[in-house]
Amino acid sequence: MSRPAVNSDTDFDVSKPLKGTAGWLDDRFGGARGVRTYLLRKVYPDHWSFLLGEIALYSFIILLLTGTFLSFFFVPSTTEVMYHGSYVKLDGIKMSEAYQSTLRISFDVRGGLLIRQIHHWAADLFVGSLMIHMLRVFFTGAYRKPREVNWLIGILLFSLALIEGLFGYSLPDDQLSGAGLRIFEGVLQGIPIVGTYLAYFLFGGPFPGHDIVPRMYIIHVLLVPGILLALIGAHIFIMFWQKHTQMPAKGNTERNVTGQPSYPYFVAKTSAWFMFIFGALALLATFAQINPIWLYGPYTPVAISSASQPDFYMGILEGSLRAMPAWEWNFLGHTVTFSVLIPFALPLGIVLGGAAFWPFFERWATGDKAYHHINDRPRNAPVRTGIGMAAIVFYGVLWAEGANDVLADFLHIPLYTVTWIARVLVILGPILAYVITKRVCLALQRKDREELLHGYESGIIRQLPNGEFIEVHQPVNEEKRAVLEAKKMIALMPGPGSEDDNGVPPPSSRGVLGKARAVANRAFAETIPVEADGHGNGHHGNGHAVTGEEHEAVGAPGSAALPPGEGGEE
Amino acid sequence: MSDMEETEGTESPGAPHRVIGTPPPSPRLLGSAAVAQEPGAVALVSDSEEFAEHVDGLPPDDPKVVVHGRRAERVVVACFLLTFIAGCGFVAAYVGLGVHTVDKTLRSNLALGLSMSVMFLALGLGALIWVRHLMPNIEVTQQRHDLRSDEKQRQATEAYFKEGTANSQFVKRPLVRRTLMLGTLPLLAAPVVLLRDLGPQPGTSLRHTVWSPGRRLLIQGLNKPITPAQFSAPGSMITIVPDGYEDDQDALTKAAVILIKFRPGELHIPTRHQGSTLVGTMNWTVDNIVAYSKICTHVGCPVALYEQTTHHILCPCHQSTFEATTGATVIFGPAARPLPQLPLTTDAQGYLVSKSDFTEPVGPSFWERG
Repeated sequence: MSRPAVNSDTDFDVSKPLKGTAGWLDDRFGGARGVRTYLLRKVYPDHWSFLLGEIALYSFIILLLTGTFLSFFFVPSTTEVMYHGSYVKLDGIKMSEAYQSTLRISFDVRGGLLIRQIHHWAADLFVGSLMIHMLRVFFTGAYRKPREVNWLIGILLFSLALIEGLFGYSLPDDQLSGAGLRIFEGVLQGIPIVGTYLAYFLFGGPFPGHDIVPRMYIIHVLLVPGILLALIGAHIFIMFWQKHTQMPAKGNTERNVTGQPSYPYFVAKTSAWFMFIFGALALLATFAQINPIWLYGPYTPVAISSASQPDFYMGILEGSLRAMPAWEWNFLGHTVTFSVLIPFALPLGIVLGGAAFWPFFERWATGDKAYHHINDRPRNAPVRTGIGMAAIVFYGVLWAEGANDVLADFLHIPLYTVTWIARVLVILGPILAYVITKRVCLALQRKDREELLHGYESGIIRQLPNGEFIEVHQPVNEEKRAVLEAKKMIALMPGPGSEDDNGVPPPSSRGVLGKARAVANRAFAETIPVEADGHGNGHHGNGHAVTGEEHEAVGAPGSAALPPGEGGEE
Repeated sequence: MSDMEETEGTESPGAPHRVIGTPPPSPRLLGSAAVAQEPGAVALVSDSEEFAEHVDGLPPDDPKVVVHGRRAERVVVACFLLTFIAGCGFVAAYVGLGVHTVDKTLRSNLALGLSMSVMFLALGLGALIWVRHLMPNIEVTQQRHDLRSDEKQRQATEAYFKEGTANSQFVKRPLVRRTLMLGTLPLLAAPVVLLRDLGPQPGTSLRHTVWSPGRRLLIQGLNKPITPAQFSAPGSMITIVPDGYEDDQDALTKAAVILIKFRPGELHIPTRHQGSTLVGTMNWTVDNIVAYSKICTHVGCPVALYEQTTHHILCPCHQSTFEATTGATVIFGPAARPLPQLPLTTDAQGYLVSKSDFTEPVGPSFWERG
């Protein structure tokens, strides 16, 4: 059965070679239907936050392209040479071949400096966009069933990106990166039992040795990129297979996905996006100098410059090392150096391990086993949003502490004061962030409910016959209503206080785990219900029209809730 | 472009919904709302069970659309021409501009980078205006299918797996199963074994440095020995390398030393462990000159900053701070131990030499340190 085309401009023939090739391939693989429905018509929902993952993908492609170019010229060797190259300030200085070849790329290869700087900027953009992409996925709950596996792959990708970045900027063997590598080696040594062996095996003996640069090189150009490529392939395949999530909107349901088809819309848009990212990186590489290794000089273990900082994604490790008090134990004649081990493992462990663990924790605490293809608005999941903000503050404080010397200098306060502020904030900040964020989310929910029930403030002031001025509220339009009504409620499990007549608690809340689950569930279930129908009772008289559920929730012991009656409309 | 902006906001009643956070509805207004009722673009087979298409906008022959399209086309063409020009500029800059000096490199970088940026940005801009202003505004709603297989399929798969396992005799013959597992165990260990030769065992090498009795202290950079009289200005600090190992990075990683001169009476060096016995270390100094390891006891950065007025030695990496007058004890930061002190004396020519190696391991802590 033939249908008329949407567009009447179809009176042309597909070019013969293209048609021929496609036919040749279909004869052998028979993919016509799959190509049409899975590739050409694949639906891409339109939302700005969905572009973040693409930034990461395209930075990675740019990294592969520029990295291949750099590998043509870079010599991964620490063999000592005397420099007599174009950068005359280092003439006659002894350095490694790695450093010398990086100078050559910068000053003797046409376009070498540009490509090197694009590569470095792209690496920063890669990790940065991964972070923001993960935050988007977290805050909108897009990691929920059925996408937990892709979330875990994402965390793995991010962890590998950190290693890839660290090894990449350590390759030129300049003073700055050498110091970073020394710190890395010092941390490795501190690992109990196997630490010194790990360090000696990785570095081929005592630091720095001559093995680390070629070893890091092969890990950086082959091993990690290979794994990254495979995981990115899996990540994207799973995204195709499970289809995109979408934001709540009119017509969007858990059973459909709405957006523009891949061909030609998304293909054209995403190509443009790729070009913009490449163009932006080229602009940065042209005008914003990054990692000028010729200014740092070749590595020597006896020198260091003050205000040394690693690339931004290592800042949390650097800051943790700086903020940590000196704790060291002697354990049965062995040294356990917590002042190294805790900063090395704990902060990233909390953030990444916590992120990996979260979907399963949330599922356990909410009892929510349903599929989720429509994302949450962050305000509609106050606990999740609060935890996310707490993680951001935790990460941010340690990251900023990584530049405590620069901050002290900039703010004209003593260096140790900065560190003490960081030590306090890293504990207090996340707690405050959680509490405040949760309250803000609930307040926004109240505003949503208000808008849904009474309309939005139109800005029109009307005088009543009795002289009173009122602001006219107008009902929200259909699109907005669909968004507001998309909020889902989390079922409250039976918890403490729900013992039966004989004082026996329900099975689900017994034991330590059961009690913990009940407490967590109470926190998750705290919400401002949206009553689309029968909202008369909430009108003016009692602005805080809550259901029994919410009363129970806010009154629950241990929850940091507002007392009933507060927070209603004034 | 400004005309295009003005046409925004005209939304036909049957327009596709707009998700908050997306760009405003495209102003190109191509396509036909009437045709839009018929889903399945050029479908000879029907995909309509899975896909529903909506098209937004005025019919393509509407004068507004024609004018708008013509303008957009001109902009797109201009963008692509600019891409071409920038691309030619890139090639020209590559051919025409040399490198090999800092100034020339920067000039080449500017020309190449600028032309490359313009090339990419203009191409992207052209493509974006093309898709947003020339292509009809089609939106598709695709149905999702259950990800979960239906129960029958699951059971059939499980049944087949069970049958296959039975056929393989894997369950029935435990001896085969267990010897197979036993047999492959060493195979799993093989990669780990193969990695053994990555490096030597650490042994006791982290406990020692190249300092030995009578080894001269050389000023780093000059590589010349120094007498106490030459280092007479109190309050200064210099970096010292061991004679014979001036350029040996592996040796210097542990053996680098800082030398500090104090005024008489300033030094209050406490005792130190030498093996298991405590010894006074004032006699490790010469003329109020004291030598500390330059390697931070935290994670091994060189402790390169010295504040004369407060006698504080500061590691610039993580700000471990050591009090120089009391044996480099830690007064702030993550380092847990004082900087080891190198016993000093003078040789027959009056040059500063080490009395012995450090009496404790230098640098970061490690498990076997004790």
